[in-house]
Amino acid sequence: MSILIYAESAEGKFKKVAFELASYAKKIAETSGQTVTALTINMSDVSELSKYGVDKVLKVTNDKLANFTAKAYADAVKQAAEKEGAKLILLSSTTDSLYLAPLVSVALNAGFASNVVGLPVSMSPFQVKRNAFSNKAFNITEIATDVKVLCLGKNSYGIFENAGAAAAEDFAPSISDADFGVKVQSVEKGSGKVTIADADVVVSGGRGMKGPENWGLIEDLAAVLGAATACSKPVSDIGWRPHSEHVGQTGKPVATNLYIAVGISGAIQHIAGINSSKVKVVINSDADAPFFKVADYGVVGDAFEVLPKLIEKLKAFKAQNS
Amino acid sequence: MKILVCISHVPDTTSKINFTNGDSEFDTNGVQYVINPNDEFGLTRAIWFQEQQGANVTVVNVGGPDTEPTLRRALAIGANEAIRVNANPTDGMFVAKQLAEVIKTGGYDLVIAGRESLDYNGGMVPGMIAGILGSNFVNSCIDLKVEGTSVTAVREIDGGKETVSTSLPLIVGGQKGLVEEKDLRIPNMRGIMTARTKALQVLEPVSADSNTKAVKFEKPAPKSAVKLISPDNLDELINLLHNEAKVI
Repeated sequence: MSILIYAESAEGKFKKVAFELASYAKKIAETSGQTVTALTINMSDVSELSKYGVDKVLKVTNDKLANFTAKAYADAVKQAAEKEGAKLILLSSTTDSLYLAPLVSVALNAGFASNVVGLPVSMSPFQVKRNAFSNKAFNITEIATDVKVLCLGKNSYGIFENAGAAAAEDFAPSISDADFGVKVQSVEKGSGKVTIADADVVVSGGRGMKGPENWGLIEDLAAVLGAATACSKPVSDIGWRPHSEHVGQTGKPVATNLYIAVGISGAIQHIAGINSSKVKVVINSDADAPFFKVADYGVVGDAFEVLPKLIEKLKAFKAQNS
Repeated sequence: MKILVCISHVPDTTSKINFTNGDSEFDTNGVQYVINPNDEFGLTRAIWFQEQQGANVTVVNVGGPDTEPTLRRALAIGANEAIRVNANPTDGMFVAKQLAEVIKTGGYDLVIAGRESLDYNGGMVPGMIAGILGSNFVNSCIDLKVEGTSVTAVREIDGGKETVSTSLPLIVGGQKGLVEEKDLRIPNMRGIMTARTKALQVLEPVSADSNTKAVKFEKPAPKSAVKLISPDNLDELINLLHNEAKVI
């Protein structure tokens, strides 16, 4: 039997979450005597997946699928799962995969768990640990159905190489016109910028930055670290930064390796959204800011003095260590 | 236009989260409940349609009698009527099946449900409703315009946004952006008084299985204290991030 993963890609390249998903699937496959099949959509070179333990690739090439269309993509995942007889279907936690997963789950009459962290707690009964209550707690969810759909939380398992030789096979699911009730008209995307969803490091600014004109410092720090930029809720509410950068309970969740918060006091709703990040650094002039209680490293100081120095020092560090 | 807004009854965002009964249940002791924030953005957008284009707005919740104050609050904000499906919302699929039934019976043109609830964060109910009914579906929706039966919607994508065209009947997974924080309404006295006399219909659930079950809860391990670094010694911060945390 095989475990099916949907290996997400953008602009002809696999997303990092696809490799994490492959690594995760491989581990489950090894312990349960299964193989890993990856579904790819409009990817010509799929060889990279072999590095992470994928045994077989189902390659879909279809112009109709050039734009992400949830219903059509869900149809492709469903047909791939049926072709492979997969009982476990794994997706990542990108905006697109979270859009797809419930549709796949209904189509396959499968129980679904999102925000999954770590390997299944038990295979029989099937139990997984997931984030709940906006990262303030975990819950162990048991899935009773024969077919199961999981969305793996970003950065919750890690990427592990596991060299193999994936056999690629063309796969042509039947995609009906009825799948295109929602049509993409236009996409606005910052080009060349690291997105919060894809970043290993996120640099985030709060009201302590005093105004949008000072965001150059946040952007410079992010640039040195190859990081995405983000902001607190008040900053997006006042309109200093776009809503797509707002992280926290009602904004985007952040689960990154390193989260640097500058001038963010650390309201409980903000912390809830970023708490899955592995290492948290806070820079704030107020030593009593609640963020210091949840951070790993803290600098009590004026952002306008600390950031320029930190940027210079990091540049020197990067120059030495690259 | 007939609009249905699905409302989750969730702990206030500042609530302390605790568990009881051998960590198998959420401890409701001392917890204030609110309209799920993602649902409230959708509710306010629905009220705008009602005021600007003419629409009838129904709010619905799947839950016990204790969730009625949350529905009354939605009525006080401006919804025309409310429905409570009298059942314990055991899992996303169960709730989606109940809501799909309400939608089929009521013939709603537009259904707005929050992209995810802030308690279980399942993020599945809007998509499952769309899957069950085969309706058009836009998730993570941050802007919505309806003319006749044509719809233009904007959805948030990783690193940007995407504009899509679709048509009613439509299911929307809503969030901030449908309206902004400043647009949210606090019920006034008149709204609260009127809400008391608006219809709140209680329906019995249709039979549906739950596919999943939350068997146990855990709280994250307590954190060790923050390491403070002097602003005059940022080399030490870089050193710790490189050698200790190994993240740069």
